Amino acid sequence: MNWAEFFTMGGYGKFIWSAYGAAAFIIILNVVLPMRRHKKVLHMLRELLKMKERE
Amino acid sequence: MNITKYAAPVVFYPLAGKLIPWFAWATGITLTIGLIMGLFIAPTDYQQGESYRIMFIHVPSAWMSMLVYVVMATAGAVALAWKTRLSEMLATACAPIGASFTLIALITGAIWGKPMWGAYWVWDARLTSELVLLFLYLGFMALQASIDDPRRAARAAAILALVGVINIPIIHFSVEWWNTLHQPASVSKISAPSIHPSMLWPLLINAVGFHLFFATTVLMRMRTEVLIRERHKSWIADIVGVKP
Amino acid sequence: MKRRHKKFAIILTAVIGLSVAALFIMDAFKDNMVFFYSPTDVFAGKSPTNKTFRLGGMVEKGSIKKSTKNLKVEFIVTDNNKKIPVTYEGILPDLFREGQGVITQGKLNENNMFTASEVLAKHDENYMPPEVADAMKRAKEKANKSKM
Repeated sequence: MNWAEFFTMGGYGKFIWSAYGAAAFIIILNVVLPMRRHKKVLHMLRELLKMKERE
Repeated sequence: MNITKYAAPVVFYPLAGKLIPWFAWATGITLTIGLIMGLFIAPTDYQQGESYRIMFIHVPSAWMSMLVYVVMATAGAVALAWKTRLSEMLATACAPIGASFTLIALITGAIWGKPMWGAYWVWDARLTSELVLLFLYLGFMALQASIDDPRRAARAAAILALVGVINIPIIHFSVEWWNTLHQPASVSKISAPSIHPSMLWPLLINAVGFHLFFATTVLMRMRTEVLIRERHKSWIADIVGVKP
Repeated sequence: MKRRHKKFAIILTAVIGLSVAALFIMDAFKDNMVFFYSPTDVFAGKSPTNKTFRLGGMVEKGSIKKSTKNLKVEFIVTDNNKKIPVTYEGILPDLFREGQGVITQGKLNENNMFTASEVLAKHDENYMPPEVADAMKRAKEKANKSKM
């Protein structure tokens, strides 16, 4: 099997790769977004607690 | 051993933090094996040629779309009955993940349907009920977001989730109850699966990978929920590293 | 607005919203509950008349006649009980094959001929490599021979 053949997938390449691509995109989004939100919330809580300290 | 001890957010937060990397690695390894087997090793199908390889992500995500809903509704029911905070957070964390799995199932199904069936979409019972599932997830998220008080929001959303459970058996049995374009189940039927083992293995391995992925992300989302919902508790200060 | 009133309003909107959604869904299902009619259904008069509907069944073996000049195709849809001839002009899905499931949308004329405007292929739940399919086919033929 060569790589060109692998990417063509017997003529179904565009279907297979767009399906896998869409799935990968949604899955990666489900990792990146919660991680970013967690960092953001931690940051906000730190700021909030600092403010309380000053009062 | 008392399981309820782990249901306390103060215990859950650090425990989940320790578990997440393990689940993440297990997800990565399992899905890598599943993808290699599905794309390189599994043979060509006698009818569908290479196009059937979309099944290796379509079917596990469709299974997960239903499983996550059941987890979400169960967590909601537990929260309603015993007013447990952690199960409220579990239900909240499930919704976007379940919606994502549903979306993957719908998109990959549409892309698979075009070359095989001749149509991206048809309004048959299986496809329609899976679309209703997506709307249930979105409705759950919208309802929760529309109510300010987190406890009341969780309760209202839990009721919606419980009402929507009726859709799960409808999705599963739609292909048997009605004439559909979608084919009947291959794996979950009572007799032996009608998939050759060389094609069944990548499917099952990917399914395990998707379960592990769910475990990873649901713990990540729940930890954030804990921080938001418990922000007024004194132990939160220790966690974020600022002494009050 | 009082808190209690606000709560009531939210619940009321939710219930109304849900009911409307459920109504829409039920309505959509009613028309689509029967996604297709089999030739037997058609002969029993269950299919709509003077209206397009979907006819589903198997493409009868040896019944496909393709035109060499254009995209016109003729074939027979069977459910192993009744048969209906179908004419169609257009691109066929990859899985459109003799002996495979098919769903066509169109109208039935007076002579019980079906003019399709859309052809969808229905695939079965079996997945296997071609060698295995061949081996199974041979085994089946052998079993049939030994029975005779």
